Amino acid sequence: MPAFVSDANKSRFRLFTLATLAASTALGSAAARADTTLTVATVNNGDMIIMQQLTPEFEKTHPGIHIRWVTLEENVLRQRVTTDIATSAGQFDVMTIGNYEVPIWAKQKWLTQITPDAAYDVSDILPPVREGISVDQKIYALPFYAESVMTYYRTDLFKKAGITMASQPTYDEIRQYADKITDKSNQIYGLCLRGKPGWGENMAYLTSLVNTFGGQWFGQGWKATVDTAPWKAAVNWYVSGLKEDGPPGATSNGFNENLALFASGHCGMWIDSTVAGGLLFDPKQSKVASEVGFAPSPKGPYGKGPTWLWSWNLAIPASSKHQAEAQAFVTWATSKEYVQLVAQQKGWVAVPAGTRASTYANPAYQKAAPFASFVMNAINTADPNGQTANPRPYTGAQFVGIPQFQAIGTQVGQIVAAALSGQTTVDQALKSAQSSVTRTARQTHLGG
Amino acid sequence: MAIKRPKSHTFAIGLLGWAIACWVFFPIAWMALTSFKTEVDAIATPPQFIFRPSLASYHEVFARANYWHFTLNTVAISLGATIVALALSVPAAYAMAFIPSQRTRGTLLWMLSTRMLPPVGVLVPIYLLARNTHLLDTLTGLGIVDMLTNLPIIVWMLFTFFREVPAPILEAGRMDGASRWQEMTLVLLPLALPGIASTALLSIILCWNESFWSLNLTSSQAAPLAAFIASFSSPEGLFFGKLSAASTLAVAPILVFGWFSQKQLVRGLTFGAVK
Amino acid sequence: MTTAARTGRVDRAGLAMLSPAVVILLIWSIVPLVMTLWYSFRNYNLVDPTLHGFAGIDNYRYLLTDPDFITSLINTLVLVAGVLFVSVGIGTLLAVLYDQEFFGRGIARVLVISPFFVMPTVAALVWKNLMLHPIYGVYSSMMRAVGLTPVDWLQQFPMATVMMIVAWEWLPFSVLILLTAVQSLDSEQKEAARMDGAGPVARFRYIIVPHLARAITVVIMIETIYLLTIFAEISVTTAGGPGVASTNLAFLIYARALLQFDVGGASAGGMAAIVIANIVAVFLVRAVARNLEV
Repeated sequence: MPAFVSDANKSRFRLFTLATLAASTALGSAAARADTTLTVATVNNGDMIIMQQLTPEFEKTHPGIHIRWVTLEENVLRQRVTTDIATSAGQFDVMTIGNYEVPIWAKQKWLTQITPDAAYDVSDILPPVREGISVDQKIYALPFYAESVMTYYRTDLFKKAGITMASQPTYDEIRQYADKITDKSNQIYGLCLRGKPGWGENMAYLTSLVNTFGGQWFGQGWKATVDTAPWKAAVNWYVSGLKEDGPPGATSNGFNENLALFASGHCGMWIDSTVAGGLLFDPKQSKVASEVGFAPSPKGPYGKGPTWLWSWNLAIPASSKHQAEAQAFVTWATSKEYVQLVAQQKGWVAVPAGTRASTYANPAYQKAAPFASFVMNAINTADPNGQTANPRPYTGAQFVGIPQFQAIGTQVGQIVAAALSGQTTVDQALKSAQSSVTRTARQTHLGG
Repeated sequence: MAIKRPKSHTFAIGLLGWAIACWVFFPIAWMALTSFKTEVDAIATPPQFIFRPSLASYHEVFARANYWHFTLNTVAISLGATIVALALSVPAAYAMAFIPSQRTRGTLLWMLSTRMLPPVGVLVPIYLLARNTHLLDTLTGLGIVDMLTNLPIIVWMLFTFFREVPAPILEAGRMDGASRWQEMTLVLLPLALPGIASTALLSIILCWNESFWSLNLTSSQAAPLAAFIASFSSPEGLFFGKLSAASTLAVAPILVFGWFSQKQLVRGLTFGAVK
Repeated sequence: MTTAARTGRVDRAGLAMLSPAVVILLIWSIVPLVMTLWYSFRNYNLVDPTLHGFAGIDNYRYLLTDPDFITSLINTLVLVAGVLFVSVGIGTLLAVLYDQEFFGRGIARVLVISPFFVMPTVAALVWKNLMLHPIYGVYSSMMRAVGLTPVDWLQQFPMATVMMIVAWEWLPFSVLILLTAVQSLDSEQKEAARMDGAGPVARFRYIIVPHLARAITVVIMIETIYLLTIFAEISVTTAGGPGVASTNLAFLIYARALLQFDVGGASAGGMAAIVIANIVAVFLVRAVARNLEV
């Protein structure tokens, strides 16, 4: 904490706290319990909601530990947990964070190292996911679910247009398909992609797109390379594809909005996270469950480079006062037994995906989730630490693994959204993106 | 009215009045309607006006979050903050209205100007102060902040009400040997009660709808309805039904409260600033 | 002022009554202010504690040379002025309308002021998803029903749409206040004017509007305070975009502080907001407070 908040200030603040306390006696805090109560912060995604519903199962097997949930939408969650951990306020005992945050926060010594026992079977976790939560071979969070990227398409629309999806599509082919199946008068849009600005929204997709077009964020010596030819090609493909074949309001569509669009039958193709598979194939949540086809993520001119790897992990902040209990919860919620429990209660298609080889080896899961082997393959080949067309000084597949990326990604995300809405041209947009990235890099002394 | 208007005239005015009222209210009505749809119906195109009502969204909302916990917190914070703010501002407004000095005007405007800063500009300082005083995620902590954000407006509104009370009435009381305190509580307060009630109503409404500090200074124990909404906005999958149900639940108590207190609000306002 | 005779006398009781509120507000505004000022001269990034120390005027330099800053200032003013114009202009007309006698007037009034009770986040979510969504929105489907192509409001007219949503929330407040004022206008006064042969326009112009001056001042005062710091509506609907098309100063600071976690930069923005708040306050004193005889 900054030395600035002197004791004098604190006591003054307390004084007027006391003054107001009298009139607000009803506002007291809950009586202390002998048992431990863990406060768990998580995202309001489907898999986490199931975890929340299964809390009684955990409390049954761990008497004396109670769970209190703080469920928030992703952006609000991120700002809450970041403020909390950076000021070591200690309001949360368990936090749900991405593989972007884990290594950065672990290096700040904000997270507690986690040492699961042998029964937890760390080697069962898919290797790229495991690497994402480790720093120097030590584990700082446990993966709840993980995702890569793939292409979803509507088999009925493809049949009607008389085309078939290639087993490994290229971006040129995707565009041709999209032109053929778009039927705006019936509100069928050939191509749905993320357009909502944000480093975890449109920039996640674009970073992955740029990689396969042969571009990257920074070259050697942390020189920004956002205005290079591969970026121009990639962003032009993206903007013109969405303008011609995309849904209206593309700049408001993130993952969730596109999921709703596809599930309600408005999208012909959608390139996004593998986690959508379980939801699109579920007839209760999707009107097109029996017409969903899937293919690997398309390849651009370069065709190689990291694709996409995101995992939601449960981590324990160093400021938590209930370390042992938090560790018990975190290992429970990411264990093989938990997967079994979800399968029993909600069916195999609902189990958290992408983390454990044993889940993919299970015939019951393979049967319930026809896309299972695809997803595992996509994750295993996501290659977040791999090389881009030119050497790069950072790691990460659909993000840049540096603290500055939230700032850079947010700004460039807005600039790209402006290009998508037609406010600026792609060339102008990338020029101002380049200057914005350079500015932030200089301001934060990136690369020394 | 002394002169009767032609019937057609009244009818046209009534039609216009109702058309505008319905248009303004439509989003709220549509939200309530959507909350009784299944998720698939909720995003049907074209939107459905006639459908089979379902409580599925409400069931899910209640299963996922303890609505009453959030509501009680909101009630406690709104009432607590309003009461404390009134206790502080009644004497202040009294002093400004009846013992004015050259500084009164400046003080009042300074108070109001403190309210014009974006709260996010001071988030980190306030967060650190709340952490150091152990007020994070407590009703007291959020109550204090809500109280302080509304205090300037409350002082100012009370000031305008008090100023309408003719000074001679108060002076007559003082002749009888009443102290300032007695003058305020025994003479002024009963006279200005409608205005005070209006101010309190406004403060409750503003506290209820405050969302920035609500989200940032609480996590679970003291979380009000603004945090409840944040757990239903834009999750994975189809969510319009659940979003509408949660929104309806968050808005309904204050909306009904507002409808019933509307007359009182207006009566009080007539008394002071707006007269 | 009838109490003017008392002015100038040091009144201890008065001081004692005034000081609790003033002292608490002073602490509430000064302590965070000083901390913000301090941070604005420091390198302070929440997610990157390796970057620390004295920044000199860097934070201000980056803020003032940032093209987005000017845009956000303009947007702030446009938002405040636009919404004030709508809520005072249309608010006055509606106040006069709902002052007329007609069937079910009480219920119609309640419906009109309802949006004021709705949380800003909820209002923004409902407008964005249920009303204006280019595919599922009610308005879009109405446009399709009459053969038009639905307008993609938030993408094509982001600022105007945000202003519309904010106006929907605040218009009811001004109707409430102005209606109260119109009602307090003596109906005999209105009738007398009518007997004198004044037409409806003349009555509105010469009787009603002057009478409303004070109520309008109240509306401007309170709404300015809230409109300057509008943020929830922007963050829910457009997140300040596309580009920075709908970023106001409050959202710019929010983006610095909680999307980029740059506390130093956000604090510099906060100091800019303080300067603007004071300019507006002075402006209010000149233009508005005189009307209130403070």
